[in-house]
Amino acid sequence: MVIGAGHAGLAMSRCLTERSIDHVILERGEVANTWRTERWDSLRLLTPNWQGRLPGFADTGNDPDGYRTVPEVIRFIEDYAKAISAPVETNTAVTSVGSGGTGYLVRTDRGDWKCRAVVLASGACNSPRVPALASAVPSSVTCVAAQQYRNPGQLADGDVLVVGASASGTQIASEIQRSGRQVFLSVGEHIRAPRVYRGKDIQWWMDAAGVLDERYDGVDDVARARRVPSLQLAGTSDRSTLDLNALTDIGVTLVGRLAGIANGKAQFAGSLRNMCALSDLKMGRLLETIDAWAHATGVDTAVEPPHRPPPTRVENSPPLSLDLAVGGIKTIIWATGYRPDYAWLDVPVLDRKGMVRHDGGVVDLPGLYVMGLHFMRRRKSSLIDGAGDDARDLSNHLSSYLDGRILKTGQSSESDSSSGYQSEVA
Amino acid sequence: MPMAAAASTVKNGVNVEALIAAREALTATPVAAQFKWRAACEWKNGTHSHSTVEGFYGLGAEQHRKRTFKFDADHPEVFASEDKGATPVEYVLVGLASCLTAGVAAIAQHRNIQLRVVTATIEGDMDLQGILGIDSDVRNGFGGIKVSYKIDADAKREDLEALVAQSQKRSAVYDIVTNPTNVVVEVL
Ligand SMILES: Cc1cc2nc3c(=O)[nH]c(=O)nc-3n(C[C@H](O)[C@H](O)[C@H](O)COP(=O)(O)OP(=O)(O)OC[C@H]3O[C@@H](n4cnc5c(N)ncnc54)[C@H](O)[C@@H]3O)c2cc1C
Repeated sequence: MVIGAGHAGLAMSRCLTERSIDHVILERGEVANTWRTERWDSLRLLTPNWQGRLPGFADTGNDPDGYRTVPEVIRFIEDYAKAISAPVETNTAVTSVGSGGTGYLVRTDRGDWKCRAVVLASGACNSPRVPALASAVPSSVTCVAAQQYRNPGQLADGDVLVVGASASGTQIASEIQRSGRQVFLSVGEHIRAPRVYRGKDIQWWMDAAGVLDERYDGVDDVARARRVPSLQLAGTSDRSTLDLNALTDIGVTLVGRLAGIANGKAQFAGSLRNMCALSDLKMGRLLETIDAWAHATGVDTAVEPPHRPPPTRVENSPPLSLDLAVGGIKTIIWATGYRPDYAWLDVPVLDRKGMVRHDGGVVDLPGLYVMGLHFMRRRKSSLIDGAGDDARDLSNHLSSYLDGRILKTGQSSESDSSSGYQSEVA
Repeated sequence: MPMAAAASTVKNGVNVEALIAAREALTATPVAAQFKWRAACEWKNGTHSHSTVEGFYGLGAEQHRKRTFKFDADHPEVFASEDKGATPVEYVLVGLASCLTAGVAAIAQHRNIQLRVVTATIEGDMDLQGILGIDSDVRNGFGGIKVSYKIDADAKREDLEALVAQSQKRSAVYDIVTNPTNVVVEVL
C-alpha cells in the first residue's frame, strides 16, 4: 500500500511493479495533488527539466535546461502516472493506519484495506511550520503561509513582512516587491547559491560532483543535515541568481531573524550580519568543492574560470523592530518551512516532534516505509530527481521483508516500537 | 505616587544632585553623552577565560579608572570544565541584577525613599538542547529570566513596586536583554 500519488509514491509504485509486488496507491485528491492545491501561481521548479529523472521515465521537454511551471509539473507527473500505469485510487483519503494482524489496517473515507506493508509517500510539506510567536501578531495584520500564498493580488495594499529567506521566502519576496509593495525580509539561517556557476547550472554541478548523492549515513550529523533549509534558488527564464543582494537591488529591506513580537512590535535579531557571513562562507565551500571536482576530473578546461560572487551586503544598522500595530505592514507571509502531517498515523513511530523515526526511510516498525523526506537517504531525497534511487533501495528492502528475508526480533509486540527491531537484508 | 519635592533627607548613598547636574549638562551637549564601554577577554585554557575592564570613553574623552577589574569565566565541573569562574550567562544575570539594583537605589533616593535592605535573586531558565544543537526549535539563550526583590524601606508596597518598575524602564541591561542589538564580530 502506497499512500500519496506525488512523484515519490509513483516512483515507488514503478519499482514495486518491476518486482511484481501487488500494490495500490491511495490518493486523497488527484495525481500531483500538492502541485494542484498548494503552490503559488508564478512558481517554477528550481531544478532544471533534465533533473526530473524518475524510474522508467525521462521527459525533459523541449528545453532540458528550462524550469517547469506548476501546470507543466502537474502534466509531467500525470504523464508519469500514465506511462507506468500506476494503480492509483484517487479521491481516497487515508484516515488511519494501524497495525492489524500480520500487517496493517489502512482505513480510508472509501473503505478499509489490509496490507502487509505500507509506504508513506504523503509528502514532507503538508503543513506550514509557523513559529509559536505568530500568535502575538496584532489582528490588523493578515498572516498568510507560503502554502496559501498565490499572488500579490491576493494581499491587502501596504507593506509586507516575509519571514524566512530560503527558496520560498526569497521567491515570494521578490515577486511581491516587484508588484509595487515594500517588502521586509526577515533573514535567519539560509543557503546562498548562484543560479549559474562557471557557465553551468548550480544543480548540474551538484549533481555531477556527487553532492546530491551524499548519503545520510555518510554525513557527520544527519539530524543537522536534515534541518538545512532549501537553497535560495529560483527557476527563471533569464537564469538569474536570487540571493539577498538581488533582493536588496530591487528595494527589499533585509531584517534579522524574527525573534519576538512584544506589544505589537516585531523584534528582529541583531545577527543578520552573521547569518549572511555564514551563508557566504558556506557558499564558498560549495564552490570550492565544485572547483576541486572540476579540476580533478578535467572538466576545468571546458568551462569558465572560477569566480566568487561578491559578499552579501548588509546595511550598517539594519532595523531591529517594526511596529506591526501602527506601521505600514499589512501582511506577514510565513515562509518558515513546511512539515509533514501524520495525524492519521495510528502506529507509534513518531518522535516527540511528530516526525517519523526511520533509518534511511525504513521506519521503526516492520513493513513500514517512508519516502520523500528531507535528506532521507541522500541529499537529493526530497527532490523529484532523488525519488528514483530511494525507491529502488526501499523497494528492495520491502521485497526482502515480504519474502521473509529480513531478520526480525520482538515481532510479537506489534505496537511496541522499542522492541529492539533490527532490520537486515539476509 | 507622590514625588518628594522637599530637600532630600534620605541617605541611600546616591548623589542625586550630581546625577541631575550630569543629565542637564549632557542634555546641553549630546556629544558628551556618547559613551563606549569596553572589556577585554583573553582565553586561558579550555573554557576558562580572563577578562579585564578598565578604560571607557565618555564626556568627550578617554576615561581611566584607578584600578583594573578582573573577571574569570569558565564552566562548572559537570561540563568537564575546571570551574575557574562564573559562566558567561551568570555574568549576564549579575549584570542585570546589579543594573536593576543600582536603579532601585537611585530612584529611591530621588523619590525620597530610605532603603535599609535590598536583595535580589535572579534566575534564568535554560534548555541546553539549544546550545548543544539537539533541538533547533530551542533557543540558545535563556527561555526566561526571573528577578525577585526583597526590599526593606520606609515606603508602601505600591511605592516599592513603582520603584522596581521604573528601574526596569531606565535600565541599560534590562534593555539589552529584552530588546535586540546589532552585533558585529570581526576577526582582525
Ligand atoms: C514550494 C515548493 C517548491 C518545490 N520545488 C521543487 C523543485 O523545484 N524541484 C524539486 O525537485 N523539488 C521541489 N520541491 C520538493 C518536492 O519535489 C515537492 O515537495 C514534492 O511535492 C514532493 O513530492 P512527494 O511525492 O514526496 O509529496 P507530494 O507531492 O506532497 O505528494 C503527496 C501526496 O500524498 C497525498 N496525501 C497526503 N496525505 C494523504 C492521506 N492521508 N491520504 C491520501 N493521500 C494523501 C497528497 O494529496 C499528495 O498528492 C518543492 C517543494 C515545495 C514545497
